[in-house]
Amino acid sequence: MDFAMDQRTKIHPKRYMMWMAIVSIIMMFVGLSSAFIVKRSQANWVSLEIPLVFFYSTGVILASSLTVAMAKRAFGLRQISRYAVWLGAAAVLGILFVVLQTIGFIELWNSGVTVSRNVSFSFLYVIVGLHALHVLGGVVALIVMFIKSFSARNIVYSSLGINLMATYWHFVDILWIYLLIFMMIEG
Amino acid sequence: MTNEEALQHQTQVAHGAAVAAHVAHHKQSFITKYIFSQDHKIISRQFLITGIIWAVIGGFFSVLFRMQLGFPDQTFPWLEDIFGKWAEGGRISQDLYYTLVTMHGTILVFFVLTAGLSGTFSNFLIPLQVGARDMASPFVNMLSYWFFFAASVVMFSSLFVSTGGSSVGWTFYPPLSALGDAAEGAKTGMDLWLISIFLFIVSQLLGGLNYVVTIINMRTKGMFMTRLPLTIWSFMFTAILGILTFPVLLSAVVLLMFDRHLGTSFFLSDIVIQGKILPNEGGSPILFQHLFWFLGHPEVYIVALPAMGITSEVVSTNSRKPIFGYMAMVGSFFAISTLSMIVWAHHMFVSGMNPFLGSVFTLFTLLIAVPSAIKVFNWLTTLWRGNIIFTPAMLFSIGFVSLFISGGLTGIWLGNAAIDMHIHDTYFNIAHFHLVMGVASMFGMFAGVYHWFPKMFGRFMNKTLGYIHFWITIVCAYLIFWPMHYEGIAGMPRRYYDYSNWESFKMFEGLNTFIGYVVIIVFATQFLFIFNFFYSIYKGRKMTESNKNPWKATTLEWTTPPLPGHGNWEGEIPEVHRWAYDYSKGDRDFIPQTEPIGEDEGEH
Repeated sequence: MDFAMDQRTKIHPKRYMMWMAIVSIIMMFVGLSSAFIVKRSQANWVSLEIPLVFFYSTGVILASSLTVAMAKRAFGLRQISRYAVWLGAAAVLGILFVVLQTIGFIELWNSGVTVSRNVSFSFLYVIVGLHALHVLGGVVALIVMFIKSFSARNIVYSSLGINLMATYWHFVDILWIYLLIFMMIEG
Repeated sequence: MTNEEALQHQTQVAHGAAVAAHVAHHKQSFITKYIFSQDHKIISRQFLITGIIWAVIGGFFSVLFRMQLGFPDQTFPWLEDIFGKWAEGGRISQDLYYTLVTMHGTILVFFVLTAGLSGTFSNFLIPLQVGARDMASPFVNMLSYWFFFAASVVMFSSLFVSTGGSSVGWTFYPPLSALGDAAEGAKTGMDLWLISIFLFIVSQLLGGLNYVVTIINMRTKGMFMTRLPLTIWSFMFTAILGILTFPVLLSAVVLLMFDRHLGTSFFLSDIVIQGKILPNEGGSPILFQHLFWFLGHPEVYIVALPAMGITSEVVSTNSRKPIFGYMAMVGSFFAISTLSMIVWAHHMFVSGMNPFLGSVFTLFTLLIAVPSAIKVFNWLTTLWRGNIIFTPAMLFSIGFVSLFISGGLTGIWLGNAAIDMHIHDTYFNIAHFHLVMGVASMFGMFAGVYHWFPKMFGRFMNKTLGYIHFWITIVCAYLIFWPMHYEGIAGMPRRYYDYSNWESFKMFEGLNTFIGYVVIIVFATQFLFIFNFFYSIYKGRKMTESNKNPWKATTLEWTTPPLPGHGNWEGEIPEVHRWAYDYSKGDRDFIPQTEPIGEDEGEH
């Protein structure tokens, strides 16, 4: 039973909830970033080399943000078939992003930079890995919404779902850009 | 039809359907009603009963290790029957001792006083007191309980692995917690412990999101933030602290997992273990302590704030007086929450921190005394010349204030780096935090259970048993922890297995035996409460429709039927016209929040 619809409020409670969840995810990465900064000022720090693939993946996740925005726009115009296409494209780009990150890891690993090589690279693996997990969570949600858009029985009128999805997806996008810049400057 | 119109139409349809459903009481199977329930009231009872089970286990563990400390030269053959090789000859082994200490801390801090306290009362009271049909997302709320349940199952099973449960302390400092070779209890038991805490953090985050959003966004008409009961304010700050700090602990748990299993060196450096030099280099165990205490310190307020909120509500209701200094109470909640996030390093004065940094943390720590003192002052002034009704809940609330003062005063000692360096890791510290946040919050929880039991189960708990429970518990709490101050000042370190080899602590042998007896008595007394609780669920005096506001309280939860269904109010949610503390106003004993302001009265 969804009682949330009962309330007369300007912002939907679930939108609030998404923002709070984002704050809590930010706090986790703040914890990791500050640990990173603390470690950096200590002995034995080796400068990070960001694999080239990570820059390609940045392009991919930026493009995926665009497709999610297009999906949201199509939904607003009630062009459901277009909406489905854009959602599908976003999901594919999301998966591609994770694949590229994995390729980056494999390249690093094969060039001898394993997770335990040096604490700076350990951080790279943990931070990039945790971010990729958050992207994967978003991909799962995208796929669910994609499948639902074909269901004739449950036509969704509320734009809440796609709005939440877009908020989350832009967030993981911005988070990645922050992490990349952070690791380039601090690493 | 545009999206918005369509949405609005759907909302109206949904609204109509929802109201119809409340009246008709939709059919539910046993499983959807009592097990995988999305009703906040059922979820709160699930948290409470799980919390009680954990409290018995955690309390029993403390009885066991106090027996080791109180009667170090005696043997108890039944221990061997229970623990086998872990208590050979009827004496608890050193490994088991540390597992018991670790588990006692973990269980009481996380499972009882976090999940059991704020899980129970945030869930139960938030929708009822702000005037909402349920949480913002009942489904996420259900998930929150089931993640807690999963965490409980993993933690409980960790006690049964062949190398024993985690024995590295509830603060799980590396390198001990990072190296399986370091101790039996740092092997599989530690992995399960970390998995359990991981699940627990997820549970707390899901719960916390709901609490905050429900308070901010789902209040009924007229329920301005300044009209909220103080319970709700305390739950909100508790949840915000959790949302901001648990993720940082999560990152520490992840990094520790990497150190344990993937050979990384976040927290490890230059270690020789059993003659073997480890390859780990460049890690810093101090970094872990920073990450841990960034949660660890707010955690004690996550434990204490709900108890403060419950106390404020119970003290005001049973003094028949408005709470003294409502806005000061809200302000001090805010101040405590904010300060609690910038004092974590006062746990690390002896960890090798820069002494200048220490003085900054000392300053912030001592500043917390200000809002804490404001709260104590307000509780005392609320009691002052009140028309006091000594219900068991009221006694436990006054007990909370007493314990909070006694334990809080020693916090001023410990917060000073110069004094802390001498009494750090001694029994003085144990006495301090058990009084101020352990037993005190437990008292807040008891107060809440006695006060809201009728609303939860539609029946009353037995008062006489409640009084006996209270008096034995508070006397024993002081008898246990007061002497520990002396032991601590004499330098007796905490966490030791056996003190009989130290000439300097031999004088405390009798005292430890005494504490051992008291611990057994107080633990046994808690079964009075547990009996009272479960017996009253089925056989207690019934709360009838005519007596549905037994404490004559102003807040919204007492306007619901004696046993509200899912949706809380039949028909419309009542509108709120005044704050929650209109007691003894004019010639009225109390005025419910739902009553409009009269022409001849001013708003508070």
